[in-house]
Amino acid sequence: MEVRLLEVAHARSGDKGDTANIGLIALRPEFYPVIVSEVTADRVKTHFKGICEGPVERFELPNLLALNFLLHQSLGGGGTLSLRTDAQAKTFGAALLRMEITVPDELGELIAGGAREGG
Amino acid sequence: MSDGAQSVRVASGQGFWGDWLEAPVLQVQSGPIDYLVMDYLAEVTMSILQKQRGRDPSQGYARDFVPLMGRILGTCIESGIRVIANAGGVNPLACRDAVFELANAEGLAGRARIGVITGDDLLERIDELLAAGVELRSMETGEPLEMVRDRIQSANAYLGAAPIIEALQRGADVVIAGRTTDTALTYAPMMFEHGWPRDDWDKLAAGVVAGHINECGAQATGGNTGVDWQSVDYIDIGYPIIESQASGEFVVTKHENLGGRVTEATVTEQLLYEMGDPSEYITPDCVADFRTIQLEQQAPNRVRVYGVSGYRATDQLKVSISYLAGYKAVGRMAYSWPDALAKAQTADRTIRGRLDRIGLRFDEVHTEYFGAGACHGSLAGPLGDDLPEVELRIGVKHSSERSAVERFSREIASLILAGPPTATGFGGGRPRVQEMVAYWPALIPKAHVQPRVEVEVVP
Repeated sequence: MEVRLLEVAHARSGDKGDTANIGLIALRPEFYPVIVSEVTADRVKTHFKGICEGPVERFELPNLLALNFLLHQSLGGGGTLSLRTDAQAKTFGAALLRMEITVPDELGELIAGGAREGG
Repeated sequence: MSDGAQSVRVASGQGFWGDWLEAPVLQVQSGPIDYLVMDYLAEVTMSILQKQRGRDPSQGYARDFVPLMGRILGTCIESGIRVIANAGGVNPLACRDAVFELANAEGLAGRARIGVITGDDLLERIDELLAAGVELRSMETGEPLEMVRDRIQSANAYLGAAPIIEALQRGADVVIAGRTTDTALTYAPMMFEHGWPRDDWDKLAAGVVAGHINECGAQATGGNTGVDWQSVDYIDIGYPIIESQASGEFVVTKHENLGGRVTEATVTEQLLYEMGDPSEYITPDCVADFRTIQLEQQAPNRVRVYGVSGYRATDQLKVSISYLAGYKAVGRMAYSWPDALAKAQTADRTIRGRLDRIGLRFDEVHTEYFGAGACHGSLAGPLGDDLPEVELRIGVKHSSERSAVERFSREIASLILAGPPTATGFGGGRPRVQEMVAYWPALIPKAHVQPRVEVEVVP
């Protein structure tokens, strides 16, 4: 089934110079393998077409059920040099959560259930 | 210290200069803590402070820190809470003197010891360093510092834990630093209290993780959370508190009677904030591997952090150099229904046409339509044609001519009478011309930076 990434993950984004970072975190352990296979660096690069002008790097943090993305050349020169509203990439995480991904049908019930215990 | 000698409580009070003024007061008043640590220095802050110091030699530090001390220093001294802050900016000694004056007025003469750390400021030493073969090449481009030498505004090395620990050893109740790493503010007291050896890389890495959790204030306790944000009590949000054990394990928590929340989700979000390569989080004191962090929700608002490993520190410190890179201004004008977006687009063409008419050229002219995809661009999907209002947001930058940017800032107002209808929202007046400050990150061998520590009783 197709879902928005928003249904299976949450995110926190920030900046380092002209690079945006997005931490993408699975809402439940069962969702982590799905985001690892679906949310590749290439897909993120395509998703941010017109915003991210440089390469996208991806790092895996299975211990935190998370992926970290670095989107290079994405902030109009970075923090103090940028003319953009979101010069510090604060909304990049939310922008990534717009992505449509394919998840196994059996996860459907869990998706309706929302965040994991304690989360 | 709490729980005998087992646990040390390090509370975060500010995540940046401009953060919630009540937060550090609530940390002190709402329950037991051992240390209050506050981060005031973003990169841009250093160049602003350097400019303030240039105008007035008694300035150049985070001025908010002094009235804050007026509110809490007496309580901190009575309760044995020690304060560590990088409020000193580019003038830690002036900050210390202001705290002396205030503490004296509060009747704390002879009762409080104030420590101050200097030696991070390299601005006056750049020629000496270049002559000594320290090239200070850009970490990003590899270019030599010559490229920007005559435009440098500030230059500071990021100091680690050692001078903070020295100040604590010498009995400082308040430690005022300049450019330390944000994380050292938290892990220095952990190293000091637990007596961790300087080469116990795993414990130091655990301290770095604790520091990363503390350094952005409420971002670890529900601020900006993407999980069930609707149910967070933001008004009285509790800032994070690290309960550190000698083993390196710690618990992230907050005062129970304050708002916010501490969950695996909120802590994970902060751990990933501004993350680069998670396998090598480099600090002056160790390199931490964030892939080893384990989290466990122990109880409501208590997240245990364990399993962290790290390795040997590098032999260099990071230097943050700022330099003047030109001027910019951003102008705004709002348009209402009907055809709000079309009007804003016409206004954009109008401004650009008028700039062409008078022959003004810029390095960049950037347009956004606020309320119609300014943040997410085309990712926002198709826009309705019935938007209630849209704000044109148009910015320019010029690498050298301030006058060109000033001229641009005067063009915006012409839209009020001489442009498309329903122009509004211009109460703020003409856009301000801002100096653009760029960053030149570099490395310096540790041997070239000698931190100095002074600890004195309030006279």
